[in-house]
Amino acid sequence: MNASVSSSVTPIGAAVRRKEDHRFITGKGRYTDDLDRPGQTYAYFVRSPYAHARIRHIDPTAAKAMPGVVDVLTGADIAADGLGDLICGWMIHSKDGSPMKMGSHPALAKEKVRYVGDHVAVVIAETLNEAKDAALAVEVEYELLPAVADLATATDGEQIHDCAPRNTAFEWELGDKAATEAAFARAAKVTSIDIVNNRLAPNAIEPRAAIGEYDSGDEAFTLWTTSQNPHVARLVLSAFVGIAPENKLRVIAPDVGGGFGSKIFIYAEETVCAWASKKVGRPVKWTADRSEAFLSDAHGRDHITHAELAMDEAGHIIGFRIKTRANMGAYLSTFASSIPTYLYATLLSGQYAIPAIYCEVDAIYTTTAPVDAYRGAGRPEATFLLERIVEKAARERGEDPAEFRRRNFIKSFPHQTPVIMCYDAGDYVASLDKALEVADYKGFPARRAESERNGKLRGIGLSAYIEACGIAPSAAVGSLGAGVGLWESAEVRVNPTGNVEVLTGSHSHGQGHETTFAQLVSARLGIPIDQVSVVHGDTDKVQFGMGTYGSRSGAVGMSAIVKALDKVEAKAKKIAAHMLEASEGDIEFKDGRFTVAGTDRSLAFAEVALNAYVAHKFPTSEIEPGLKEGAFYDPTNFTFPAGCHICELEVDPETGVVEIKSFVAIDDFGEIINPMIVEGQVHGGIGQGIGQALMEGVTYDEDGQLVTGSYMDYTMPRAGDLPSFTVGMTQTRCPSNPLGIKGCGEAGAIGAPPAVINALTNALGTEDVPMPATPSRVWAIAQARASRLAAE
Amino acid sequence: MYAFDYQRPDAIAAAAAILSADPEAKALAGGQTLLPTLKQRLAQPTALVDLSRIPELSGICATTEGVSIGAMTRHAEVAASDVVRAAIPALSDLAGMIGDVAVRNRGTIGGSLANDDPTADYPAAVLALNASVVTDRRSIGASDYFRGLFETALEEGEIITRVDFPKVEKAGYAKFRNPASRYAMAGVFVAKTAAEVRVAVTGAGQSGVFLWTEAGDILSSDFTVQAISGLALDPSNLMSDLHGSAEYRAQLAKVMLKRALASITG
Repeated sequence: MNASVSSSVTPIGAAVRRKEDHRFITGKGRYTDDLDRPGQTYAYFVRSPYAHARIRHIDPTAAKAMPGVVDVLTGADIAADGLGDLICGWMIHSKDGSPMKMGSHPALAKEKVRYVGDHVAVVIAETLNEAKDAALAVEVEYELLPAVADLATATDGEQIHDCAPRNTAFEWELGDKAATEAAFARAAKVTSIDIVNNRLAPNAIEPRAAIGEYDSGDEAFTLWTTSQNPHVARLVLSAFVGIAPENKLRVIAPDVGGGFGSKIFIYAEETVCAWASKKVGRPVKWTADRSEAFLSDAHGRDHITHAELAMDEAGHIIGFRIKTRANMGAYLSTFASSIPTYLYATLLSGQYAIPAIYCEVDAIYTTTAPVDAYRGAGRPEATFLLERIVEKAARERGEDPAEFRRRNFIKSFPHQTPVIMCYDAGDYVASLDKALEVADYKGFPARRAESERNGKLRGIGLSAYIEACGIAPSAAVGSLGAGVGLWESAEVRVNPTGNVEVLTGSHSHGQGHETTFAQLVSARLGIPIDQVSVVHGDTDKVQFGMGTYGSRSGAVGMSAIVKALDKVEAKAKKIAAHMLEASEGDIEFKDGRFTVAGTDRSLAFAEVALNAYVAHKFPTSEIEPGLKEGAFYDPTNFTFPAGCHICELEVDPETGVVEIKSFVAIDDFGEIINPMIVEGQVHGGIGQGIGQALMEGVTYDEDGQLVTGSYMDYTMPRAGDLPSFTVGMTQTRCPSNPLGIKGCGEAGAIGAPPAVINALTNALGTEDVPMPATPSRVWAIAQARASRLAAE
Repeated sequence: MYAFDYQRPDAIAAAAAILSADPEAKALAGGQTLLPTLKQRLAQPTALVDLSRIPELSGICATTEGVSIGAMTRHAEVAASDVVRAAIPALSDLAGMIGDVAVRNRGTIGGSLANDDPTADYPAAVLALNASVVTDRRSIGASDYFRGLFETALEEGEIITRVDFPKVEKAGYAKFRNPASRYAMAGVFVAKTAAEVRVAVTGAGQSGVFLWTEAGDILSSDFTVQAISGLALDPSNLMSDLHGSAEYRAQLAKVMLKRALASITG
């Protein structure tokens, strides 16, 4: 797509090409592993080969004597230095009021290991190979304990954390139980469903990496790390782990190659690299290989749910009750507790007017890798559940699922759901209608008949998703247990010659902020986009920020920039008034020029910028020199992107292969800054959503060994697996932020899985189709269908 | 990767001498299995003996019986070869289906056969076509060559020099790819000569590639898709794993046989 912009200013809404891509596609990106520090050493982690074991004894003596070894450090060394545990930053209370049971999570294990890949010791050596060699020589004596790998039976398994009987971190509830029971008591029909939401490995193309460096002169640390939120990493490492006070700890997240949530969290490896750099007096570098990534990156999803939907005679949904068991893995990762609670159950009303909802969530420890946010984080789980049960309910009523949805849609706004959220704007009928039209829903029966003639089973499935983005109003999340506020900061630095640096607390790791944020500034100040640079990812440059996840950078991060731009414009107007010898109230700012209203007297933005710094033409007793403004923006509400996805597919009953024939996504993201980047986000999200539905699934065996530990066994979607998507938009402006933006980063991953599985269940004539619906599983279901039909 | 010595002899005899003198040395052909294995430190050879500069090991030539392919010939060269396509088009097709472009540009027929991965493609062609694996010591018939998972008739230090494929009347190959690895979950090569029909299955067997004799017998008397409609492969010796049960692989083998046949019988 080409920039269809002729003027020097890049307006909002222009599909301008990404500024950062030249750097990335010519190999000039600078990722953490591209950096080398003088005197650098290499860390290699000794990881537990067992899912669950007591550590009787660790003897690093032989390893320390190996060639090139600088040091071998263990949990005992961390304890001796008085470092704190890794933490989970969101407090959840159980139904009985008790706080969640947070098992101790040291960066290097002390008494026990709790999953295969858990960190036992670190070897620091002159070269990576020497570190690896020595890691084999670290003697660890384990006393094996039973693995607890199966979520369904984990509460009866061996206790993993002393503080958590029945391996239960919390038993939480949301909604009005009595009102929901009453709705079910008067229901004309109840549809129930059992859902497993499969566990996913995040698979960012750049594996996690870290370099810790200690400057003994300044007594200060620098940590380069693959982080989506370097300031939060610094806060946790400083305030909780106790590496160093924040003014003595600089965290830099340089170019980062994808995150999908997995790089939000503060992990053992970067903690150890920072700490150990002082210990050994040299920089310490670690880069995960892909096997380590599979073992130790926080996974996503992993729910088992039973749910019931109550309807009245006319097919109105009157109640929804849900019982979910969520896998937390071996430890509560940084934001793990918020994912199956406030990011999940609060979305269970979906696009529907449901008067009563009651949801119970049990968060369960298992001896598997920690589970935390992964693209969508709770919202895909909610959407999958709701869109599956709605589809099933419609089919059981013998009704067109599109019409069942339409009847139950929320149609007036604002709408208060029974699960906290207050939707501010949307038009669900519009996205449904457009999707039905684009997908030629009416023509499906003819296409199905044609497929049947070719021996194929054809299905069509809908998904009408909603998500809560623009995370989040600080006081609101604080009242729900968040340990931090979720505002964002920005600083706009206008240089004397009129070009601009924008410092943002958002972090770009594929989202294209260097383009969209610059586009916003270009449009607002009337300067060319290449005169705007976006600075992010360094705690020494950007004062503070909450980072990028939850589709928040547009709605929250850019809103902070707007606020700072408001201040810049206000001050520049004052200066322009003096320069033009007019009253401030008469100055208009438009198209990059300050004009005295009603006259032809005007100044270019750059002229005013220069004058702000030379400060010759205004009284500095009234106006400070310089042109630099900062702002913190705290959102007033979540934003609520929504849309309708329709998947049409064909099953080859001989092999179980599913071919997606068309995928239509009609999304309402509010105002769009750069449609090309938005489309890219939608494409990527749908790819991941189809991956979850048909291909991806983390599997542990009963001993807690990771079976899907490489791409030989973990199926990632490839371009050839996917059709050409048909992406379209409807638009309702978001009233809750100045730009009207809703966010688009996760929508595809949220909307796609139920659309695919609804299409598959439609094709196969059974509601019982698990994810991932691999060819072998689909074949078995198709076989059963054939036998059933033969018997009839 | 562990440290190793690297040698690049320019004659078969020199390579054989190094490999015979050092049982811990490994021959390096295309490296598409060996190098990832080394990178993961799953092997620690003392030396790699790179065979890529030995002229006699490369090249494709037509013979009176069929086609002879040098052991170091890359998959991409086999796929693109007019000589191979003229003699056995199904063999060109198979070579063009191996791995991805990068693998086909590096991987070699000799390396694939020496490694004998149970999910590799070439073993199906060699067995069904009853080819001969020629080494620096002897010629080994296909039926004697494959001995099990990653096991062949090759002796310590023995180097494959070429593979001789006899011409056949008709041949076809179809495979079902493992969704994750894209190796064959069931690859079926069917080859018809005046005397017989041979059907070889790769990717599915617990002991690697095997001849599906029942299918071959039926097709020898009636070389049509319809002839095998009642045929089923016994799953008891097939692999079962995360990606599919033995029953599923039996089904896939049947379907791939049908598709291979359909591609040649029309």
